[in-house]
Amino acid sequence: MIEAPAGDPEALWLDAARVIDMLAVAPGLLGGVQLKASPGPVRDAWLQQLRQTLPDSIPWRKIPAHTSENRLLGGLDLAATLQAGIPVAEHGLLAQCDGGIALLAMAERSKRIVDAHLSALLDCGEISVAREGFIANVPATLALVAMDEGIEEDEQTSAALRDRLALHVDLRAIGIRDTTEEITKPERIAAAKSVLGGVECESRYVEALCAAAFALGIESLRAPLHAAAVARVAASLEGRNEVDDSDIDLAVRLVLGPRATRLPQLENDDIAAESEPPEAPSSDERDRSGDRDAAAKQAMEDRLIEAAVASIPPDLLARLGQQGALARGRSSGGKSGAQRRSFNRGRPMGSVPGDPRSGARLNLIATLRAAAPWQRLRRQDSGCLNGPVEQLIVLREDFRVMRYRERSQTTTVFLVDASGSAALNRLAEAKGAVELLLSECYIRRDQVALIAFRGEQAEILLPPTRSLVRAKRNLAALPGGGGTPLASAIESAVLMAVPLERRGGTVAVVLLTDGRGNIGRDGSRGKAAAQPDLEAAAEQFKATGLHGVLVDTSPRPHAAAETLAKSLGVVYLPMPHAQAAQLRDAVNLVAGA
Amino acid sequence: MAIAYPFSAIMAQDEMKTALLIAAVDQSVGGVLVFGDRGTGKSTAIRALAALMPKIKVVAESPYNFDPDAPDDMQNELFLKAQQGKRTRVINMPMPVVDLPLGATEDRVIGSLDLERALRHGEKAFEPGLLARAHRGFLYIDEVNLLEDHIVDALLDVAASGENVIEREGLSIRHPARFVLVGSGNPEEGELRPQLLDRFGLSVDVKTPQAIQDRVKIVQLRDEFERNREAFVQKWKRKEGAVRSKVNRARERLSGVELPAEVLERAAGLCIALGTDGLRGELTLIKAARALASLDGKDVVTPEQLRRVAPSVLRHRLRRDPLDESGSAVRIERAMAEILD
Repeated sequence: MIEAPAGDPEALWLDAARVIDMLAVAPGLLGGVQLKASPGPVRDAWLQQLRQTLPDSIPWRKIPAHTSENRLLGGLDLAATLQAGIPVAEHGLLAQCDGGIALLAMAERSKRIVDAHLSALLDCGEISVAREGFIANVPATLALVAMDEGIEEDEQTSAALRDRLALHVDLRAIGIRDTTEEITKPERIAAAKSVLGGVECESRYVEALCAAAFALGIESLRAPLHAAAVARVAASLEGRNEVDDSDIDLAVRLVLGPRATRLPQLENDDIAAESEPPEAPSSDERDRSGDRDAAAKQAMEDRLIEAAVASIPPDLLARLGQQGALARGRSSGGKSGAQRRSFNRGRPMGSVPGDPRSGARLNLIATLRAAAPWQRLRRQDSGCLNGPVEQLIVLREDFRVMRYRERSQTTTVFLVDASGSAALNRLAEAKGAVELLLSECYIRRDQVALIAFRGEQAEILLPPTRSLVRAKRNLAALPGGGGTPLASAIESAVLMAVPLERRGGTVAVVLLTDGRGNIGRDGSRGKAAAQPDLEAAAEQFKATGLHGVLVDTSPRPHAAAETLAKSLGVVYLPMPHAQAAQLRDAVNLVAGA
Repeated sequence: MAIAYPFSAIMAQDEMKTALLIAAVDQSVGGVLVFGDRGTGKSTAIRALAALMPKIKVVAESPYNFDPDAPDDMQNELFLKAQQGKRTRVINMPMPVVDLPLGATEDRVIGSLDLERALRHGEKAFEPGLLARAHRGFLYIDEVNLLEDHIVDALLDVAASGENVIEREGLSIRHPARFVLVGSGNPEEGELRPQLLDRFGLSVDVKTPQAIQDRVKIVQLRDEFERNREAFVQKWKRKEGAVRSKVNRARERLSGVELPAEVLERAAGLCIALGTDGLRGELTLIKAARALASLDGKDVVTPEQLRRVAPSVLRHRLRRDPLDESGSAVRIERAMAEILD
């Protein structure tokens, strides 16, 4: 029943080829494609086929990753303005793509602002521009091909954009030998276009698509909408006036499968249990319409989910299965907070008025652009209207300086348990691991801080620093023994980390402990007295949303430490046989290095 | 402009719809912020709002939407200069709903020297920006949390004073700019500055509806709309008209809605219990409750209306408490249970 299992590259290519035809039939309706592929012959073959399927006359433009907002939206045409003496507007890249295809290169690296513009464009079919000298709504309906070369899990096209692109194609499993060149005749595309408006999609199909999307954990309602549109386009390509099962299957494979965020249980016994919640509200209706109908509906839904699951790439399955704290920790922290604006280094992100003497770099073009419209007025003011036209009058308020975005500094805060219980176990091993991490932080020019806790209170051994020598010395001198004032330690970590984050830095907290706190905040002894304080401190830590890892240093992994990691909202890492290198790798993963 | 999706055809999302209608009835509540997941119809609802608004009277041939009935507007220098003793002609025009697009430059937002006239005739003339266009209407910012800082600064100042003061490029001009800010955004893209947050009267969190029936209905309607926009709008014309006249009636009735002292006290009690900063929360709470009562066709505000608007009004005004993880919604619920019952 299911035509294309995920493993079969030839079938995958056939699906990818059908996506091309669909784009040709209804570019505006579908929004576009997320094309996950590394650069290479397969991607080239796909793009080539898309180009040849489309008529030559339509625009085909590439949006490089470094495109500035100015170029994207348009603005004042500097050369023409100076020459003509009147402001001349220049259309941006997006407006030039109207009615055609825009290829977003390296979509996984594209800037948030570019993504936002593209999203707005896909929503409205036009771009509103309000920039230097003109306000306009420029029509721009286009199909976007987001070329995503991401390898890592968190390296992918922005969620806002993915949501708006109906079709998600993954070419990574396809080899060049699996590709076949077969260009659909323009007549067939034209025929499909003409029937598309009249293609009916029965409401049971729409219901099934919604239910399948829900079961697969797809929150956005754009997904089932896209799926319905894709099914309709697929039907039109077959020359049919009605959507049938095969179209729905295809739509599920191309639209819902790649968006799945959770796996429905597919064992026969479990199907009922899993699909019960989404079904529950409709039970009234089901009773009325009779059992046979309901059974058919259920069967359809199950089949769709099965089709979707079959189309999910195997590595995704593994990831969906675990969906561990690691993935969550990274995405919730987000890259957004870890970047900041700067005037001297990082990635350029436009220019602002400013004085170049303050150390920022002059953006010559922007400066000239700012000065251009004023030339006639200024000549008039300075009384040399008939002076040499070649000479530009640039005043200080025209100066535009470059702005850059720079990766912010990462500070790793080590919280080392030096209490009796931990010291007995493996304080020395922990020290070794910390030293290894310290040297790496040093290479990356990251900061480290060290808080040790033993006896009655936590003690800041090392405020955030880059000095490796100092850190090593303090660590080596760290004595062991005494109680475990965990609550106080967590509190000092929060006190240290929050101001650092507020200043635009990124903080990762590494807690090495066995999780058995027995000293309260006020120094009172006993596990019972310490527990409420520990819980309160953990809650406070979690509320700040700091990333971190808790390394369980006890010889046998202990429930207390795991519970603590959970309430802190950090990754739990038992290290029964501590190896310094292994520990370092884990921490690096959390710190996002 | 492409045909907008009708407001009346938006399913579920009652809190968002109510908040937008309240802002439509009483523009002084100070705008609506819609935060939520992708694909929940945030921008759809806001763009649909324009069609519900009544026409306004403006001075003809003026880009500033001057109100012939507002003494402030009539005393503005720009108005006096343009009229120069001529008789004022008044026309009706649809209430403006102005988009503030991302990447808008400062000069386009607050207005700047008219480039064309400067280049061609060597004249210093002011060309009004988006804020002038939005006067007496709505200013809509999509992806509000991606707005550049210097634009936010300009907006904050104007939104607070209701007047746009331009002192740049040799120009010295002021014109009225009283507008309702409407913003939408995705919380994942980052947080808003507290100052900007405070400018919004109501704040709504939208989520994708969880009932499968609602989802199916939404998808079906949207699908129908995408396929034939004209026909869809035609089909919903009557319902849309009903909402429009509801808004109109509520606007007319608004000033006559009574506000008992007991309700005032409870509103104050609620704000004190929640520890909201400043009086703006209280004021907005009362205004919103009154607008809602008017929408409901009531002559008197009751605690019931307070209860319905309190989450939207107070959600974004609470102080963050790092030790209370329960979130603002739960805290408001708790306070309401104490004060209003």
